[in-house]
Amino acid sequence: MLDTDELKNDFPIFSHIKDLVYLDSGATSLKPRQVIAKENEYYHKYSANIFRGIYKISEKATAEYEAVRGKVAHFIGAKNSREIVFVRNATEAVNLVAAGIGKTLKPGDEIIVSIMEHHSNFVPWQQRSLKKNANFKIWNTGRDYMLNLLELEKLMSSRTRLVAITAVSNVLGTINPIKKLVATIKKRIPESLVLIDGAQAVPHMKVDIEDLGCDFYVFSSHKMLGPTGVGVLWGRYELLHEMHPYQYGGDMIQAVYIDHTDFKDTPHKFEAGTPHIAGVIGLGAAIDYLKDLGMENVRRHEIELTTYAFEKLKLINGITIYGPTQMEDRGGVISFTIEKIHAHDIAQILDSRNICIRAGHHCAMPLHLSLNLVSTARASFYVYSTEKDVDALVEGLKFVQKTFS
Amino acid sequence: MDLIYREQILEHYKHPFNFGVLDNPSSEASDNIVSCGDSLSMQVLVKNKSSLVADIKFQGSGCAISIASASMLTESVKGQKIGDLKNLSKNDILTMLGIELSPTRVKCALLSLEVLHKTLNQLT
Repeated sequence: MLDTDELKNDFPIFSHIKDLVYLDSGATSLKPRQVIAKENEYYHKYSANIFRGIYKISEKATAEYEAVRGKVAHFIGAKNSREIVFVRNATEAVNLVAAGIGKTLKPGDEIIVSIMEHHSNFVPWQQRSLKKNANFKIWNTGRDYMLNLLELEKLMSSRTRLVAITAVSNVLGTINPIKKLVATIKKRIPESLVLIDGAQAVPHMKVDIEDLGCDFYVFSSHKMLGPTGVGVLWGRYELLHEMHPYQYGGDMIQAVYIDHTDFKDTPHKFEAGTPHIAGVIGLGAAIDYLKDLGMENVRRHEIELTTYAFEKLKLINGITIYGPTQMEDRGGVISFTIEKIHAHDIAQILDSRNICIRAGHHCAMPLHLSLNLVSTARASFYVYSTEKDVDALVEGLKFVQKTFS
Repeated sequence: MDLIYREQILEHYKHPFNFGVLDNPSSEASDNIVSCGDSLSMQVLVKNKSSLVADIKFQGSGCAISIASASMLTESVKGQKIGDLKNLSKNDILTMLGIELSPTRVKCALLSLEVLHKTLNQLT
């Protein structure tokens, strides 16, 4: 069990805003001082560019930056740190793969995504499909807010080139059975590729990429205690090796001639230009922090807290909670609506008590439309979230109802 | 208590004025804010080619700010000159509501004005 009261001391924002009840970690997590300090360390002590300087501080910066690549690989169970590409965010990671795969798409090929995808794992595939006359197919959830593997098998055909699925829904909280899902896809069409959006998974539970069997896996630093502006793409070495660069410029070249350019191998051929060096180094500190806590403990804490919140919230009059009801099947996310009160009004009134929740479609408009909803309110938890935070939310919601009564 | 949700705003939200439809509107239009899920439609009646608003109704769903804004705005434009109403601005709406809004909520308040302008611009 995590000692959350102790843990809160690591997050400077709580000393600035003493009564802050932050329940929007699904959007972005708060940052511990260890991460902020590590990012500052780069700016204070060795803020040189990487891969260039024949001088000590540049070599130090390069070593720190590249060490995080190894750290990330180890953290998600990747065999080879060359399979780790640093990008701006999970969205850019998906776009990078969509651009690469997109080049080889033929009319009539199929891309399958689930209805519960974040726009970041939806729009890039939709747009590629439109451009290439590929079939863009949607895998719908059942009434239990879960994806049914039999439905997927029915959707797939010999033309299925890629399936892009989120590991955890940022709205429903549904934890998808990725290992089984990948096995089903590969058994049906071995050549089809699988991309997993792990933005809501890597921060919250142990992920072992080799065990999952997917081809690409993306996630963001800023949702896992790390700095904004850094995302991670993991891809199988042979796939990344074959894929064309996403952007061209400095840092990604081996040699440049008037008439042609030789590119570096992965991952550097995908990292054109000076990257967010401080951010990547900060991500390393975030991983250290999570490792110290233990991902099993992080997950257990969230199951306990989500169970507690679920029990408390469902007692509120007129509330509808979306997503699976078994806590083992859901991450630390609870989306809900309250009868006759718009989600924005809920969020605005809660804000007057310094309670931060998300309101809207949470970048998952297709899912909301499929559920006949215009918007939902969402509370999401992380390592620093406490039962006290949940109690404040419940009291806050009662106050919202009183205001509108 | 959040000043945005003062009694008057809540009253307009719970019991909006001019909510409904007209039998023979001279013009109608609608718009929505996709990111909020707010949608609003408006109907205007102008009699005998006069340049005055004889009646106005609206329908839709949205947050307290957008519905209260539509309720107050439709109430205030009755009997007003079309030409004058076309000059109504963002500031007029914010003054009418009498509350301070953050940038994300200003667009909720302005939806009714946008739909009103759309409706009036369609009058021939």
